[in-house]
Amino acid sequence: MLLLEDYNTRVVVLGVMALGAAAGVVGTFLLLRKRALTADALSHATLPGIAIAFMVVVAFGGSGKSMLGLLLGAFVFGCIGVLSILAIRHTTRLKDDAAIGIVLSVFFGLGLCLLKIASEMPSGSAAGLQGFIFGKAASMVASDAMMMLGVAVGIILVTGTLRKEFTLLCFDEKFSITQGWPVLTLDVVLMGMVTVVTVIALQSVGLVLAVAMLIIPAASARYWARNITSMLIVSALIGCLSGWLGATMSALIPRMPTGPIIVLVCGFWFVCSFIFGRNNGIIVSQIVRVQLNRRVAMQHLLRAMWETFEREKERSIPVETIVSMRSWNHSFVVRQLKRAKRRGHVTKREDNLWILTEEGSVEANRIVRNHRLWEVYLINYADIAPSHVDRDADMIEHVLGIDMVQKLEKLLQSARNLQSPHPIGVDVKT
Amino acid sequence: MNVEVGHSASSPVSIHDLTVAYHRKPVLWDVDLDIPEGKLIAIVGPNGAGKSTLIKAILDIVPRASGNILLYGKPFKKQRKLVAYVPQRESVDWDFPIDALGVVLMGRYGKIGWCKPVLRKDRKIAMDALERVGMVEYAHRQINQLSGGQQQRVFLARALAQDSMIYFMDEPFASVDAATERAIVQVLGDLRTSGKTIVVVHHDLQTVPEYFDNVILLNMRVVAHGSVEEVFTDENLKKTYGGRLTLLSEAADRLARGKVTS
Amino acid sequence: MNWTEIDTWIVIIGSLCAAGCAVPGTILVLRRMSLMGDAISHTVLPGIAIAFLVTGSRDPTAMLIGAVVIGLITAFLVQAIQTLGKVEIGASMGIVFTVLFAFGLVLMRQAIDHVDIDPDCVLNGAIEFAWFDQAPDGWGIPRGAYVNGVMLIANLFFMLLFYKEFKITAFDPTLAKSQGIQPSFMHYMLMTMTAATAVAAFETVGSILVVAMFIVPPATAYLLTDRYGVLIILALVLAVASAGLGHLSAITVPTWFGYSGTTTAGAMAVAAGVLFFIAWMISPNQGLISRILRNVETRAHVLREDVLGLLWRIEERNQGMLQSNDLPQLFGVTSIKVRHALRRLLKQGAVQVTESSWTLTSEGRRRATTLVRSHRLWEVYLEQHYPQDTHQLHHAASRLEHVTTEAMKSELGDAEVDPHGSPVPGDEPIEE
Repeated sequence: MLLLEDYNTRVVVLGVMALGAAAGVVGTFLLLRKRALTADALSHATLPGIAIAFMVVVAFGGSGKSMLGLLLGAFVFGCIGVLSILAIRHTTRLKDDAAIGIVLSVFFGLGLCLLKIASEMPSGSAAGLQGFIFGKAASMVASDAMMMLGVAVGIILVTGTLRKEFTLLCFDEKFSITQGWPVLTLDVVLMGMVTVVTVIALQSVGLVLAVAMLIIPAASARYWARNITSMLIVSALIGCLSGWLGATMSALIPRMPTGPIIVLVCGFWFVCSFIFGRNNGIIVSQIVRVQLNRRVAMQHLLRAMWETFEREKERSIPVETIVSMRSWNHSFVVRQLKRAKRRGHVTKREDNLWILTEEGSVEANRIVRNHRLWEVYLINYADIAPSHVDRDADMIEHVLGIDMVQKLEKLLQSARNLQSPHPIGVDVKT
Repeated sequence: MNVEVGHSASSPVSIHDLTVAYHRKPVLWDVDLDIPEGKLIAIVGPNGAGKSTLIKAILDIVPRASGNILLYGKPFKKQRKLVAYVPQRESVDWDFPIDALGVVLMGRYGKIGWCKPVLRKDRKIAMDALERVGMVEYAHRQINQLSGGQQQRVFLARALAQDSMIYFMDEPFASVDAATERAIVQVLGDLRTSGKTIVVVHHDLQTVPEYFDNVILLNMRVVAHGSVEEVFTDENLKKTYGGRLTLLSEAADRLARGKVTS
Repeated sequence: MNWTEIDTWIVIIGSLCAAGCAVPGTILVLRRMSLMGDAISHTVLPGIAIAFLVTGSRDPTAMLIGAVVIGLITAFLVQAIQTLGKVEIGASMGIVFTVLFAFGLVLMRQAIDHVDIDPDCVLNGAIEFAWFDQAPDGWGIPRGAYVNGVMLIANLFFMLLFYKEFKITAFDPTLAKSQGIQPSFMHYMLMTMTAATAVAAFETVGSILVVAMFIVPPATAYLLTDRYGVLIILALVLAVASAGLGHLSAITVPTWFGYSGTTTAGAMAVAAGVLFFIAWMISPNQGLISRILRNVETRAHVLREDVLGLLWRIEERNQGMLQSNDLPQLFGVTSIKVRHALRRLLKQGAVQVTESSWTLTSEGRRRATTLVRSHRLWEVYLEQHYPQDTHQLHHAASRLEHVTTEAMKSELGDAEVDPHGSPVPGDEPIEE
């Protein structure tokens, strides 16, 4: 199944693999530059260009379907589209979204009008032209695939060479300007490459879906990559792989249009990355959150037990006392107590009372001290506090620094006369 | 009163009659002053006073309506290598896929040049810079896992990696924890000792006398500038923050909208 | 041109469709969510395809429900990917709508026997054939008119019912929340209206041109007015105009080049775009050309006032008369501009000329005194509040004097002498 015999299929597969890789690479910077939907407007804006190119070529007696001519027309109008968006944004009070929407729909409408007219022209079996909208990878020929491969290689080379320049542009534009980098030129080069990729994508996945190839692999790669280079590589791989899988499936399953199936495969990778990815993937985030909550619950429990001892001078504590202190329900408290027991922080006596162990007391003491220091900090330094209120009491030394903690301890000492702590469970016998 | 310094070619930053306007609304008017070398200088003023704009105008990030600015006697475009800029933290996407070392290395890109790769020498300089701000253990930590104070220190390290003569910082102490604030002050002091000039947009009046040598009091126009002892007086502060300067702002607004009285 | 009843109905249906879209479109544009309209109109396709598959027929209610459900799913997914997945909103929309649209296309092709949607119709709509699809009530009204008409009425109804709520949530969601209006409820209601309208319009203009009708007329209206109520009405008017102009162009413009016609839906989008372009250029307040003209006029006005001020100061210093030739160098402008200024001042009765020497009339003197007074009061004010080198006071005051109202002048105080030592003139009374 993997080694497809059919020459045509191999051509198509090669072409879309090249497209996927190029789109993944350019899409990475497009995504980081937050211009995803500009690319969508760009792809829609190419339609009038294609129609006009067709009409011009036919008027000059050409066959009208010459790929180069059509792609040139697409490129020119794509650029006009992007420039129009910038113009609207800079000279009116309309924002990005409206500017993109206007250009996208008006240019596309113009394109449809021209296409309709073109279909009346002598050699206008413009059904072929309509393939640009939905994609017609199946009709790709070897020369097309070769061109796509060449373009892809070129794009990957350019992006790779300008890797650090683009990274800087996307991360910190103002800093780039002060460093003397020509931000406008770099932007133009980036959008130019986006236009080129869009134009090659037109033939395989069609205009509506071209933007998918640019965004989805890059967005998926974000969940795995920790630096730009790996994001570029992962994105290219996902794009390439989706192209290969999609084209193959399209060849094997009847009535399966190539463009959409490639996009669906991309979507599948995105969903997987979204769920399982190691940076901000749902599962990883949830695990981190659950762990944090558990740690915090344990701290609250130990603190509750310590404070009960302080208040009532009684080391053995029934479950109900803790329930009343913390507005947790009974079964939750019991679960936490059991967890604490597994960690050796508490033990359970025969009469269903719970008591801190020696290690538990040390730990509880430390937590109470940190918690009270946080309280002192909030009271005295409230104007800086809000961004640092960490529910994790252990963070106090990390966030505030040792000297601040010492300062707070002095304050705490004078406020409460807290004596140097000694662990409770030490003299167990009353 | 002001300490009048003649515009000279040895001054790190020499500003002549600078006016900056956003959409024709003047934000900075006729700013004219020299920044002395080897000092820590604070720019203070109320919100909207043009403090960040002043720095951005010096760095050519925003266009000037009139006036000119010279750095050591030459225009900014020729002196970029001498300048390091630490922008406000909010100006950046901290979810970017990059680690602390990666951000600091960006400070070296200017010296590395187009298309060339990052070398070991650059990495070493970057690591040294991280060391100076106390962040060397976090070199390979993703920036979205850093606290606000740590992010600020990484920004500072990036500026240090540039090894410049003049440092511009926009509200570096905003919303940072005490330990970071102390670390930054320490680094700035070291820079000053080695003869660098540091200009800081600062929001906390309490700490101005403690941290800075000179101060510029700004509210669309310069109210006063000079050493902290001479210029940071109650009277000047009242003038700067007093709220009686709304008249100028109102006029500026009308200028922007072309609302001439006939 | 051969205009028949069919054409009239096409324009009517097109107008109803465009107006229906303009209602939710206005809010989308104000809330900077235009592209949500784009996303939802793309995802209408799979919604309809699924409705087809499930019900096996072209039942309009099923299609409506299918589209609305998918529209809400789209909005929900975009939100989820943005917040949970930390993806920037534009990319988040792009991911959701392309994948769903791809899914719709696959469904269409795979289930082609059950899902009878023609790709050309998806793109262009079928407004040209709308007349032939008559409602069974026998009144000769095409079904499309009913569908779009009902949609328009429903949208207007909800818009008016929730007029205040939409208005507040568009401009200030936090304020809205504090008043007990749930922004997310309004958000999802808006998404529902958008999805429902998209499906109704789908048959008329196709899925992609719906976007044009959502965004372009309201955006154009936004360039023409600042008031919310006027904005909505203008958007409706522009929508209808786009429909009318669009169809007219579709059947006439191609004939000028020897072709028979083109798609009305596409032409409607282009017409809307042309109207936008016109507003962009010549909107009284915001048009580019208007702004340029206004700038020119303001500069000329300032120059005229500067001339008056100069004449006044010459009088003050008894420096004799002003000759026409001196002026250009003094103001750094071309002599044409100066001559123009002098001519206008002459017509306004502010100056008079004798043998190429110019002097102030008493009316001119009054105006000039006001200006000089403002100028010198500003210099005093600036010196007090911003101790600076005196050469810059003059420069700033020269600009400020032109925009100083009476109220501002009284705040500047009542100094008698300016920092250069010149006396500050009192305002001269207006002569009867």
